[in-house]
Amino acid sequence: MYNYYLTIVLAPLLAAIVTGLFGHKIGRSGAHWITNVAVGISFVLSMLVLKNMFWGGAEAENISVYTWAVTDGLRMEVGFLVDRLTALMMCVVTFVSLMVHIYTIGYMHDDPGYQRFFSYISLFTFSMLMLVMSNNFLQLFFGWEAVGLVSYLLIGFWFKRESAIFANLKAFLVNRIGDFGFILGISGVVMFAGSLDYAAVFAGAEGIAAQDIEVFPGTPWNAMTVVCILLFIGAMGKSAQAPLHVWLPDSMEGPTPISALIHAATMVTAGIFMVARMSPLFELSTTALGFVIVIGAVTAFFMGLLGIVQNDIKRVIAYSTLSQLGYMTVALGASAYSAAIFHLMTHAFFKALLFLAAGSVIIAMHHEQDIRKMGGVKKYMPITYWTALVGSLALIGFPGSSGFFSKDLLIEAVKESHWHGQGAVYWIAYLSVLLGVFVTALYSFRMFFLVFHGEERMDAETKSHMHETPAVVTVPLIMLAIPSAVIGWYTAGPVLFGDYFGDAIEVSDDHDVLAHMGETIWHGSAGLVQHALMTPVFWLAAAGVFSAWYLYLKRPDIPETIKDRFAGVYNLLDKKYFFDDLYIKGFAAGGRSLGTFLWQKGDRLMIDGMMVNGTARSVGRLAGVMRQIQTGYLYTYAFAMIIGLTMLLGWLIWLR
Amino acid sequence: MIGLQHYLVVSAMLFVLSIAGIIVNRRNLILLLMCIELMLLAVNFNFIAFSRYLGDETGQVFVFFILTVAAAEAAIGLAILVVLFRNRRSIAVQELNTLKG
Repeated sequence: MYNYYLTIVLAPLLAAIVTGLFGHKIGRSGAHWITNVAVGISFVLSMLVLKNMFWGGAEAENISVYTWAVTDGLRMEVGFLVDRLTALMMCVVTFVSLMVHIYTIGYMHDDPGYQRFFSYISLFTFSMLMLVMSNNFLQLFFGWEAVGLVSYLLIGFWFKRESAIFANLKAFLVNRIGDFGFILGISGVVMFAGSLDYAAVFAGAEGIAAQDIEVFPGTPWNAMTVVCILLFIGAMGKSAQAPLHVWLPDSMEGPTPISALIHAATMVTAGIFMVARMSPLFELSTTALGFVIVIGAVTAFFMGLLGIVQNDIKRVIAYSTLSQLGYMTVALGASAYSAAIFHLMTHAFFKALLFLAAGSVIIAMHHEQDIRKMGGVKKYMPITYWTALVGSLALIGFPGSSGFFSKDLLIEAVKESHWHGQGAVYWIAYLSVLLGVFVTALYSFRMFFLVFHGEERMDAETKSHMHETPAVVTVPLIMLAIPSAVIGWYTAGPVLFGDYFGDAIEVSDDHDVLAHMGETIWHGSAGLVQHALMTPVFWLAAAGVFSAWYLYLKRPDIPETIKDRFAGVYNLLDKKYFFDDLYIKGFAAGGRSLGTFLWQKGDRLMIDGMMVNGTARSVGRLAGVMRQIQTGYLYTYAFAMIIGLTMLLGWLIWLR
Repeated sequence: MIGLQHYLVVSAMLFVLSIAGIIVNRRNLILLLMCIELMLLAVNFNFIAFSRYLGDETGQVFVFFILTVAAAEAAIGLAILVVLFRNRRSIAVQELNTLKG
């Protein structure tokens, strides 16, 4: 299997290098063939790995490929840990990546940066695979930063756009904050466990939990809590959890395939994956899990609300992504790691599908993204319409769809997580995910109805050119629609309750809500669908869809009235809770003015003015005085010598 | 009776005279050179006086050496002076202030 793993990782890297460096030689078709074939190979081999795990009963493998450095007993290695969690992630990443590669052929057809784009997305696939297949913290960090870099490059892909440059810088800076926490967390792991290797660290997890650290002298904190919260801050940056979420909506400046691949399906879920991977650590700190669940709950509910007031088709889906990432984080906080990973998987399919469908509409609309200028698209684009419908139904959790299983079980898991106590943490988490269902349904179908139904609000010029997009666009849509619709039905049982993950994910017995649910709620997929009709989750979703239908199709005048009536609330949502204002005008502007102050007063006045130039000026001034003595006439010097000699003699004779 | 003291006084007067010459003279570089010669002569005077007083001939031998060196030095000094004159068309001391910072 060793050769499989190497091929899976290196094929996209090779393709990225070839298309990146020799793009002009191999031409446009060469570029898309090489990258598609490379990612295809990765996908097929990943499926083989998953098959061996799932049906072949293959054991987890922990392989060290290359020792990069050994210093003071600390081994820095490149290695693969391929267990069931990794195998699942590899398949999700390579599958979505392959679909996006195919889709890109159509979407970027006329773009001058065609080869560059393919090079970047292949590089992304490589980085993401390095991240998920890593067996140590250092390689995890490498993958983490590499996907961040490619994300930066791709958000600013159209680098002539002012807004794209702003957005990619913003994404990079916000991620730096998260990564700062992340690297502190890794440092903490090295400090307390003395190793970078997952296996060694997890084996010594109890040892970390037994130690205390005094970050502020006099207040000892549990070392595990500190390490876990720091690691989770990294996840907050990468997975865009409040308050570090601000970069994700802006990242929609990048091309749509990127929004689907990086900013919905894979990269942003790296944080979720990381926390699930670190489950042996997080399990030992209830405080950290409480922190995780509250952050996730706040993100899930409040970011979903923002989706209702957005008018850019991609931004609606972006806020939806934020909200769904919040759901996954809540599941992590409830110790239902399997549920989080399961939702990650289904979300990767249906959210990539929604983004690609949105991209399909955007192509047909000639790069118009405002949903107020769409409407009635159903008639022109039937394939896009039906696939988008499947995606939307999966997103809101329509019974039987993949999103239904993951989300419904996730919410049940949160409901069961009584070990958080009956206090505020539990209720914040539970109510957020429950009410979030209504919000999700409302914004999803608001967008869906505004785009595909109702009157046609586009101009006549666009309307005359409207037609279904080519096969390279629609085939990936169909390919993604299939798992979005059915994968939950077949996999929910084995993944969540059938101990699929084995020892890849560790849950302590008193936290194990999924095992409890397996005994009480789970009676097979069909049983869950029947059960769902009696839960508030289904009715809230139905109410959301109905509200969307009533407000945006039946009575389109009502939203305007609501907007006027609740101008304050609307303004709060429209301004995204003033996070951007706080960051840009508060932190960024504050940082700049502090920098300007230090530059003007500290650097220019103190160091340059007083120290460097001041010293030089004092010497110059003193020299200016001294040079008056230097006449240049020989007799003056002779006179000075004589005077000196006389004085010396006088001193020798009379004073000694 | 003329004793050692008188010789030394003359020698000191010559020396001070030559110093005054160096300091006061502003016009002529030749005068400067002559003052330096005079200084050496004053020193020679001391040598001879002490040699005689102590009955030791070494001092007188030294005087010969000094005279020889002084002659050579005068030759070099005058040669420099000629070159200086060719270059600047003047040997006035107050114009030689290139040492000024």
